[in-house]
Amino acid sequence: MEPTVTGAADYYHRVVDCQWACPAHTDVPGYIRLIAQGRFDDAYLLNRESNVFPGVLGRTCDRPCEPACRRGRVDGNPVAICRLKRVTSDLKGDLSGRLPTAPEVKNGKRVALIGAGPSSLTVANDLMPLGYEVSIFERFDRAGGLMRTNIPEFRLPDRVLDEETSVILDMGVDVHYSSPVESLAELLGHGYDAVFVGSGAPKGKELDLPGRWDDPEHVHIGIEWLESVSFEHISQIGSRVLIIGVGNTAMDCCRTSRRLGASDIRVMARRPREYFKASPWELEDAEEEGVLIVVNHAPKRFVLEDGRLVGMEFDVVEWDEGARHSTVTDTVIVPCDDVILAIGQENAFPWIERDLGLEFGEWDMPIVDTTTFMSTRPGVFFGGDAAWGPKNIIWAVAHGHQAAVSIHRYCQGEDVADRPALGMDLVSTKMGMSEWSYSNDYNPSPRQQMTHVELTKRFEALNLEVELGFTAEQTAREAQRCLNCDVQTAFKESLCIECDACIDICPVQCLTITANGTEDDLRTRLSAPSPNRDQPLFVSDRLPQTGRVMVKDENVCVHCGLCAERCPTSAWDMEEFTLEIPYASGVTRIPVRAVGGTK
Amino acid sequence: MPSITKPLIPLAPLAKNELGLTIRDYEGAMSTLCAGCGHDSITAAITHAFWELSTPPHRIAKLSGIGCSSKTPTYFVRGAHGFNSAHGRMPPIATGAYAANRELTYIGISGDGDSLSIGLGHMSHAIRRNVKMLYVIENNGVYGLTKGQLSASADIGTRPKKGEANEVAPIDPIMLGLSLGATFLARSFSGDKEQLIPILKAAVAHNGLALIDVISPCVTFNDHEGSTKSYRFMREHEVKEVVTDFVPLRREIHANIPTDGTRVVPMHDGSIVRFRSVPEDYDPHNRSNVEEYIREHQAHGEVVTGLLYVDESAATPHQMGHTPARALAKVPLRELCPGADALAALQEDFR
Repeated sequence: MEPTVTGAADYYHRVVDCQWACPAHTDVPGYIRLIAQGRFDDAYLLNRESNVFPGVLGRTCDRPCEPACRRGRVDGNPVAICRLKRVTSDLKGDLSGRLPTAPEVKNGKRVALIGAGPSSLTVANDLMPLGYEVSIFERFDRAGGLMRTNIPEFRLPDRVLDEETSVILDMGVDVHYSSPVESLAELLGHGYDAVFVGSGAPKGKELDLPGRWDDPEHVHIGIEWLESVSFEHISQIGSRVLIIGVGNTAMDCCRTSRRLGASDIRVMARRPREYFKASPWELEDAEEEGVLIVVNHAPKRFVLEDGRLVGMEFDVVEWDEGARHSTVTDTVIVPCDDVILAIGQENAFPWIERDLGLEFGEWDMPIVDTTTFMSTRPGVFFGGDAAWGPKNIIWAVAHGHQAAVSIHRYCQGEDVADRPALGMDLVSTKMGMSEWSYSNDYNPSPRQQMTHVELTKRFEALNLEVELGFTAEQTAREAQRCLNCDVQTAFKESLCIECDACIDICPVQCLTITANGTEDDLRTRLSAPSPNRDQPLFVSDRLPQTGRVMVKDENVCVHCGLCAERCPTSAWDMEEFTLEIPYASGVTRIPVRAVGGTK
Repeated sequence: MPSITKPLIPLAPLAKNELGLTIRDYEGAMSTLCAGCGHDSITAAITHAFWELSTPPHRIAKLSGIGCSSKTPTYFVRGAHGFNSAHGRMPPIATGAYAANRELTYIGISGDGDSLSIGLGHMSHAIRRNVKMLYVIENNGVYGLTKGQLSASADIGTRPKKGEANEVAPIDPIMLGLSLGATFLARSFSGDKEQLIPILKAAVAHNGLALIDVISPCVTFNDHEGSTKSYRFMREHEVKEVVTDFVPLRREIHANIPTDGTRVVPMHDGSIVRFRSVPEDYDPHNRSNVEEYIREHQAHGEVVTGLLYVDESAATPHQMGHTPARALAKVPLRELCPGADALAALQEDFR
């Protein structure tokens, strides 16, 4: 293999599995170390830099970081990253003076954002400090988008959302509430320098089976129903409720039903459980509240008696391996009072005229450049669910940052395609002999469990938050479970005397000195089996004494630093990697190292 | 020493040996030697060898004297028995332990100071007696624990870190062993586990004292330009013409053993030592042949490594003494020491 290039950001970035998996590339190990030091303000700000809504995401994120977390490959359970993120929000102090502000003197550019959801708010967050005049058009009377309307308050309290949206809006964003945009042409007529469409995927999918329209009062579309509950237009539901769908919205619907008085709640799924879209923890939380999850039931028709919905008929099915084809084995009628359809969301752009030079492609979706987020009409940008269909909050935030970069370049007359690259910084953590500026020991603690409000008290109020957050002890233990994957094992082959000390000490046998070869060949000759090909091999240049190479299998390195401690020549060093993400305002950096000691 | 103890990571795929133990079960305490010390690599090789042989840890006895080398038994097989004796006195302790309990696997770890200076006499007699044990000399050419004075194994011309080049002739434990009737003589290099591990395994199988002289660079006091026991010098001057494979008894032999230039030596316990790439006229049973071969290379400044000499026919002290097959320690005291009357009766025989 060719020597691994560690000088560009990509290699080391990939080693930080959580950060690599996060759409917004949040510096997870960085903020977890700050939490461990009790520096919650700094930890919150470090989060906010990339994901803008630490309090919201600390409760609701889809957590792509956690399945990726190296700790999961080491002891089976990833670090509770999301819960630690919430800790930063729960325990932060007064941040005034450290949050972004807008300058008095504006730069003369006006930008319109459609929808006040996470993507638009991120664009506003990035552009306001640069002097842009930002206007947001929101169809509801409050900001937050789906964070407000689709996530029930028992998962995300209003005060948390209000606080984090206010930080952005209070910079002086001109928000037009209850102002759905009905014509893009008209909006463009107001002479904005750029327009960002962050209107989400607001249309719930329909299930047009026989009987669907015979008692429409008792058949609800999930996201619309959640909106109505959120705005207090709905405050009750029948005692027997069927939820059709297996995503996180379905879980929010069934748990909300429970709080509105339903007692017999069933989530009806066509396919087996392993094919559910809902996050495993959301399923667990629903089941804990007494929701019954019924698999292998395909909806057939709505059953009515005297014009009133009384049940739903299902085909009971059996699936082949891989759940591709099913056979009907039985038909059953499940009695119910209400049905909630939560089978997905769609985009809808009836308000975009088709003669504006903004082309639509497959599925009647606008054609949007995946790098610049610009549509085929220059100056009109898309992001969040509006760009390529439903994803989640953290993706919307990531889109917002990138769209803001594009909008800024566009408004300054620069090429939107010519974008600043990701950068990186490496700083040695060596403080002395066998002494590092990070806690390098492996902590065998198990993953900490979140405490929930007792079931007997949980349903007293619709807005009673279920998760209580981590205690100080849980926080301390969970923070120590992080393996500090961003503290990289940096190797200088010119210094290596091939004494084998690092190889002998490595607790996971991830190092090997051997003759070079192809990747397939090398993977068979390593100190330990190398089963995970998704994780890269680091291969050094030729070693000075024998011409062999140092190979490191990144898979389960626990970043304990023992290789560097046992190295007599400092050929190994533990160096802290910082990903430098260019935002619209340039590379910003929370001064985590400079404040109150070491990071 | 390291800031933390080598953590035990609960990884699923850690391989297990025939006893169901992982390599981590054959480790010991954290080393307190200098980072990069050759001794630590030897420790790792010993750990591997015992693990691969599936030797039960509690059937191993580790013995040592004084010195950097003699600290190392602490760093491998934590479940073994151990005795850390006075300077140079490891061989008599090992001899006594072996006399009392022939059922254990004995491994003595010594250094060039412990064995070639203060303990030279003891070592010589253990070799003569052919005590069944592994005798590992971690040879770095200096007294590391007292700040790097040249030791008795320092070659003529080698330079200490400070001071003049050495003019005193070295003691070569292999040459000494040849003259004392040693039955298993090997030399290796700490930086070459591929060679050292099979030698250690063969030594466990050997019926008698297996002397292994391992060149083990002292990173702190003897790894500089001008040293003949540095990593670089060894890499440039090592002649690995005697390549050894160890094939344990229990394992099926899959590979075809080439007959050209290969010599197969059956060991006492039925396992096999295979010599590869050996020069045609090299005979590991012939003392003068081996001596000549080593001297020839020494004259060119080269260090020959590998299993150099082996003789499986010699008797151990227990065989010479016709002791019972079980450990004397397990013989009931009444039998082992029949009392004053029995002694008087015996003495009566000699009157």
